[in-house]
Parts: sequence; structure tokens; C-alpha cells
Amino acid sequence: MKTTYREAIRASIRDALLDDDRVFLMGEDVGRYGGCFAVSLGLLEEFGPERIRDTPLSESGFVGAGIGAAIGGMRPIVEIMTVNFSLLALDQILNNAATLQHMSGGQFTVPLVIRMTTGAGRQLAAQHSHSLEGWYAHIPGLRILAPAVLADARGMLSTALQDPDPVLIFEHGSLYSVGGELADDAGAVDIARAAVRRAGADVSLIAYGGTLPLTLDAADALAADGIEAEVIDLRVLRPLDDETILRSVAKTHRAVVVDEGWRSGSLSAEVSARISEAAFYDLDAPVARVCSAEVPIPYARDLEAAALPSTERVVSAARQAVRHE
Amino acid sequence: MTASHAAGLLRQMVRIRRLEEKCVELYSAAKIRGFMHVYIGEEAVAAGVMAALRPDDAVVATYREHGHALLKGVSARAILAEMYGDVEGCCLGRGGSMHLFDKQTRFYGGNAIVAGGLPLAVGLALAEKMSGGERVTVCFFGEGAVAEGEFHEALNLAALWQLPILFCCENNLYAMGTALDRSESQTDIALKAAAYEIPAWAADGMDAEAVASAAARAVDAVRSGSGPHFLELRTYRFRAHSMYDPERYRDKSEVETWKGRDPIDSLRAALVARGELSDEEWAALEKSVDDEIDDAVAFAESGHPEPVADLERFVYSEAPA
Repeated sequence: MKTTYREAIRASIRDALLDDDRVFLMGEDVGRYGGCFAVSLGLLEEFGPERIRDTPLSESGFVGAGIGAAIGGMRPIVEIMTVNFSLLALDQILNNAATLQHMSGGQFTVPLVIRMTTGAGRQLAAQHSHSLEGWYAHIPGLRILAPAVLADARGMLSTALQDPDPVLIFEHGSLYSVGGELADDAGAVDIARAAVRRAGADVSLIAYGGTLPLTLDAADALAADGIEAEVIDLRVLRPLDDETILRSVAKTHRAVVVDEGWRSGSLSAEVSARISEAAFYDLDAPVARVCSAEVPIPYARDLEAAALPSTERVVSAARQAVRHE
Repeated sequence: MTASHAAGLLRQMVRIRRLEEKCVELYSAAKIRGFMHVYIGEEAVAAGVMAALRPDDAVVATYREHGHALLKGVSARAILAEMYGDVEGCCLGRGGSMHLFDKQTRFYGGNAIVAGGLPLAVGLALAEKMSGGERVTVCFFGEGAVAEGEFHEALNLAALWQLPILFCCENNLYAMGTALDRSESQTDIALKAAAYEIPAWAADGMDAEAVASAAARAVDAVRSGSGPHFLELRTYRFRAHSMYDPERYRDKSEVETWKGRDPIDSLRAALVARGELSDEEWAALEKSVDDEIDDAVAFAESGHPEPVADLERFVYSEAPA
């Protein structure tokens, strides 16, 4: 069937609500407004205000309430409008959600799913555009997901809701309107492994979320030059699937990591370090990284584009890696 | 209030006092480490509120929570072993003094982020309401929490959604070393709760019977579906904020004045005056509490650290065996 990333997520939320009475959706404008990005449009009418629960602008309050409700036996899905706003709830996410199980000696688990929009590309400037999922991927106790394709938009939530531990799902804002074909019976997917989205033997391009489409475009451009790139979609940012990454690098001997986060202290730094630690002697070229410029994301269109990873920058980094002797 | 009820309050306060006097001693002997905050002087609050609860009600507290844990039903043994950092502790020694948790008695911490427990308590109450139960959630916090955004967010959510929760502000007049009138433009805390349309009133937090009576009224109202309620319990901490506090921020004379209102001495004297407590009964009470604490110390002394090999357990759930 034809669908979009937005509709696929909505269908996954709807399924979860139908399957399990304990599931409810909570967040700012998820109900009457239909969701800031229209993901939950129509769900209020179908499920009512108890289960499609509008909240005031109280990120720490309602994320904390989601944690308490999860411990209390419910299966909340908490939506935060954007990753920048999630910083207002960072106390609850780190000090409670990620910590309670360990701190209580295993007595309490927090079966909570938090969904939020991340990323730039829509001229929303410096307080709505950042990619901070790498920060969250730093935190033990959380599982961090980044659906980049329709099947993952459709299938990650239901697996995440089965997880007894807190799961954060980062939805890149530029993907919501992306359309395509999805199998009619598309359903739950694993939330453990990275995926090889394109096979190739010359260089590994490692991307996730919003950078996957431009990385696949880069692979097409490289193929036109006779360079066969393998494209890895990380999918799961914590815990990282080292095995899939290392297997690819062992084959291609070259790696380019694409990450919309800032380069310093980023997820791309972690991936690069793991390759250096575990596959140093497989490498024929230094690991390259394509990241965002180290600036707050600007509003102006050209400046914003210049700040972000692009197909051209990935192609250029891959060519350099392949030419390296 | 019946004689046995009042005697029960006295007994519970003495249990907390003796446990914590022992904790201070053990801290000085380096048996307990980390940050430790004792409740000495404030016992009437926990004793009075807990007396109004059913065993399956939920409690969320702060880092000054030894007494709340004990009265919720966590054993003195498990509490003390936790402070020793031993695997016999209620959290296997991973939490320590500030992070006591016990699933079985529905004691949800033990939260060392000021006001961090309020949203969590709101969520517990939300789950209870959505699943149609009638258990009450009680959330304790100090007046310092009132300056945090989470306090306001949590009260607003609880009121909007009419949740079965009782907020108990333990107003001991100092947020660590900052006096209430130096941190709040409006020092009438119950008034702040009332601004969220939450029924709120203050009670004398040095008088266990007054607290118990206020709490019984509030808990009954919450349980009967009247939505969130709020109590401001005006109390005082006799000891330092933590074990590292030189107390430069308050006069010794102020502390001595408040010690004249010791909640244990006051209730004991009232019971004696009413003919509800004989010397023999007091002696028996002291003896049974001393035995309980001695037993807990012996238990903690014989504890063991968790094997280092288990360090990374409980970060993520383990697959069922």
C-alpha cells in the first residue's frame, strides 16, 4: 500500500491503542490539535480524551507523569514536540527513567516510550532544529531508536512497547511527508540491529534517521562513478549494533559516518571510535565523518543548508576514502 | 483520637528517632558514607500522615526518607543494610541513604532531586485513576521544592486531571541553608496550592495528633474521589541539613526554641497527662524499639557487599529465565 512516514507512525499508535488497554498517548496538542506534526490526527475522535491526553506545556511534568504511570502499570506513549523541548524534561529522563531500575536494585522497571521530533532542514532556526539524540545515546538505561524508513516508522513502536525499559524514538521532521510503498501486513520490527540498506564492497556509509535518504542518494551518485558503497542504517543508536558495523567495515575497509549532530562529542565520534578500536587493521583509510557545522542551526535557507550534511559532502568524503592509499 | 491510636503515633515517632540516632552514630563510625540527611524533629509529619494510609497506598518521598520508608513497612534491617551498602539492603546497596525503594510496600523512593518525585507521584496517581483503583498516592517534599518548576507542573496536572494524590509539604523553614523568606516571595505555601484549585490547609507539623487528624481528613477526601489535596506541615529539623553542614545560617537559640516543641516529648507528656501512658508502657515501648534497632544493626553488621561481577546488572531488564 501507499503510505507516508507520518501515516505509518499513526497506524502504529492506533494498533497499540487497540491491542492493549494500558496504552495511552500523552503530550502537547496530541488531541484536539491532532498533533503538532499531525501524527495523531483523528485518534482523539476514535479513542477519547483519557487515552489521547492533551497536556499543558509542562515537559518535565508530563514526562515524569509518564514515568510514574509506567511504574504504576500503564504503557504510556509520551510525545514531546521537538528534541529541543525535551531538554526541559531531561531531569526526569536521566534522573528517573534511566536510573530507577539500577538505583532500586532491579525492583522497578520503566516501560515507557517517548517519541519526539528531531533534526533540521525546515528553516525552524536554532531552538527547533537540533539533533540531540546522540546525547540521549550517552545514557545507560535508555534504548534509543531512529526510524528512517517506512517499515521502521510502522513497526518500531509496537516492539518498543513490549520492552520493559524506557525507549526513546527520534522521528526526523523532514521524513514525516516522505511517501512510499509499505507491505499491507507490515508490523513489528526488531529494535536491536542495524540494517544494511544497500550492499557494496568499496566503502561503508553509516547513517541513521534523517541522513539516510541523502546517504542513499550519495551511494547512487558514487555508483555512477563505479564506486559501490554499502549503506548501513544504524536504526538503534543505543545500544549500538557493533557487529553489523564491523562486518561491513571488514568487507569495505573504509567508513564514512554521517550524523546530523555536531561533530564534537557526537554519536559519529562514538561509531568512529568503535571502528578504530575493533577494526583498526581492517582499515585502508582513516574513518571520515560528515556532521553538522558547529553552529546553532540558522534560519536563512542557504546558511541552514550549508550547516547540514549533504549528498555532495558524503560523496566527497567517500571519494576521498576510496582514493586514500 | 483513641488512646491506642495516639500511642501508636508515639511509638512510630520513637522508631524513627532511635533508628536515626543510630544512623548518626554509625555515620560517625564511618559505617555509613555518602550524603545522609536525618529527620530528627520532623517525625510527627511522617507518623501522622502514614497513620492515615492503607498498606497498599503508594508513597513517594525525598532524600530525607528513612522514617517514611520505615513507617511504610520497610524493615529497619533492610534500611540499615542499604546504608551500609550491602546486598541485604532494600536496594542491594545501590541506592544508599537517599535512595530507599521497596516495591512490595509501594515505597517509591528516596528521590535526591528536589521536586523530582512530584511528577512521578502524579503519574502513579494517573495510573491508579485510569485503571479504576482506589489506592491513594502520597507525595512528600520539602518547602524548598516549592521553588522548582516541577512543583507547579505537578500540582497543575494533578488538579486538571483530578488525580487521587495527597501532596504533603514538610515545611521545615530551610531549603538546606536558605530560609523560606529568602527563597519565596509568598511564604504561605498552602496558598500556592489553593491557586491551583487544590483544597489545601496547614497543620502543626510538631503535633502528631494534629497531623494525623488533618491527614485522615485529606486522605479520605482523596480516596472518595474529590481529587488532589494538599497539606502544609509546619515543622523543624533539629539536626544539620546533612552530615556536612556547619549550620552557619541559623541561630542556636532558634534551634533550642524548636527543640522545646519536640514532637515525641510533647505527645508523651500529653498521653501521660491524659492517663493514657504509664511508666511501664513507656519503658516497654522504648525497649521494643531499642530491640528492633539493635537487631537491625546486628543484621547490617553481618551484611555483604554485592559481588562486583553484578555491577552492570539492572541497567536494562534481564530476560526472564
